[in-house]
Amino acid sequence: MTALSLNDVSVTFGGIPVLDRINLHVEQGEFVSILGPSGAGKSTIFRLLTGAQPQQTGTISCAGRENGFAFMPQRDALMPWRRIIDNLTLGLEVQGIPRKDARAKVAPLLGDFGLADFTAHYPAQLSGGMRQRAALLRTIVQGRSIQLLDEPFGALDALTRTQMQTWFEHRWRTARWTTLLVTHDVREAVALSDRIYVLSRRPARVIAEINVPIPRPRLGRPPSAQAYEIETQLLETLLQQTGETS
Amino acid sequence: MHRPVPRRSGRGLTRGIPAVLSVVSAFVIWEIYVRVSGISPLMLPAPSRVLDQMVQNRVLLWNNTLPTLTATFAGFALSLAVAFGLSIILDFMPRVRHALFPIFVVSQTLPLVAIAPLVVLWFGFDLSPKVLLVALVTFFPMLVALVDGYASTDPEIEDLMGSMGATRGQIFRAARFPSAMPYFFAGLRISITYAVVAAIFAEYVGARAGLGIVILNAKNSFRPDIVLAAVVISSLLTLVLFAATALLQRTVLRWRDVEGHR
Repeated sequence: MTALSLNDVSVTFGGIPVLDRINLHVEQGEFVSILGPSGAGKSTIFRLLTGAQPQQTGTISCAGRENGFAFMPQRDALMPWRRIIDNLTLGLEVQGIPRKDARAKVAPLLGDFGLADFTAHYPAQLSGGMRQRAALLRTIVQGRSIQLLDEPFGALDALTRTQMQTWFEHRWRTARWTTLLVTHDVREAVALSDRIYVLSRRPARVIAEINVPIPRPRLGRPPSAQAYEIETQLLETLLQQTGETS
Repeated sequence: MHRPVPRRSGRGLTRGIPAVLSVVSAFVIWEIYVRVSGISPLMLPAPSRVLDQMVQNRVLLWNNTLPTLTATFAGFALSLAVAFGLSIILDFMPRVRHALFPIFVVSQTLPLVAIAPLVVLWFGFDLSPKVLLVALVTFFPMLVALVDGYASTDPEIEDLMGSMGATRGQIFRAARFPSAMPYFFAGLRISITYAVVAAIFAEYVGARAGLGIVILNAKNSFRPDIVLAAVVISSLLTLVLFAATALLQRTVLRWRDVEGHR
């Protein structure tokens, strides 16, 4: 079942086209990545979906519109004045769910996210990786049908990023969240995705759609030859876009 | 970030020592100068004499401290309430903000010396002119702090809440208001130091009782020792209020203490 599809969506900022007839779709339980050069307008797609950016042309349809999207921003955007538990329940609080019920909803997931012992901490007391896990849990508990992740591991140091990606793949394999990930990290896209859309430079068009039929788990073991092949192919496509062919 | 965090009380005491030393030595130098030079106490009374006068006139001073305190608290409460209410209105209505802000700036340029007699003329000798003057002086730093504080909210947090479907009111309560708190306390600390001074000045211009009246009468009867005794009390009042603000700030902004400490 198709969870989300964009048909011929275009966006213009002050006369400058940013998105040019974007077509993409995400199936239920599928992990799809949008890969593109920096500043291509990847985040603009998310802003459209979350309503921060008014739609201009084209159609966006999603199954169960009222149960739309949960968004995880690039930086964790945890509120420094709230304890972790109160950050996690923010989305539920906005939905009008009483605090007790919201906490009860978060509680069973705390262990899987490695946050069980840190609910009373403030974000500043946690490491970057833990903060990112908290931000992800805050996204998941909203119970939306599609998770939008905007470079969720981009702000982490290389080692923590690898650990988080491995952990995330493990979590994803059990939960199968329908996920749309925006990234400019080729390796991350190949490691996590079922399918990858490659965007061009501005104005962004979809220039390639690549299936990643590599068996999971893919992380925590040496990369397969197949993964290497796809990475090379993606990298070449992207480098052509930036005009810096190697 | 594993630097050792010294215990707060210990650090506070150690940091306090130089301050206490410098204040004490200033008084000692003053005392020595008065005794050695033999200057008339009508010109410059020694600290010991001021202290002596405070004890001797304790009833007079106490009776006149109460009205000053009342004016300070009432004026400050009024100012706080109006600043909060107005800051919320201004935050939700940028047009109103642009229209009214210049007026608030102008209110800060009015010289207290000129405006105080007028306020007394309009509102009489009872509590209200003092309350108004204290409010006028303390209002602006708090309002500006709040308005700037709201604007300091992390846009990513607002976008995030927007993606959760939050209303403008929800975003204000959960994000903008807490973001403004550190700014608010900075403004509050500035305001509170003006509050007592403003109350005394208002009394000086026209009142039946109060520290300002004590100062005025003592000055007119050539008693600098009593003037200084009243000054000491007003300083102590300000210091106590300042400390109370700091204590409140530490309670409300506890989350800031953990920042940078793992």
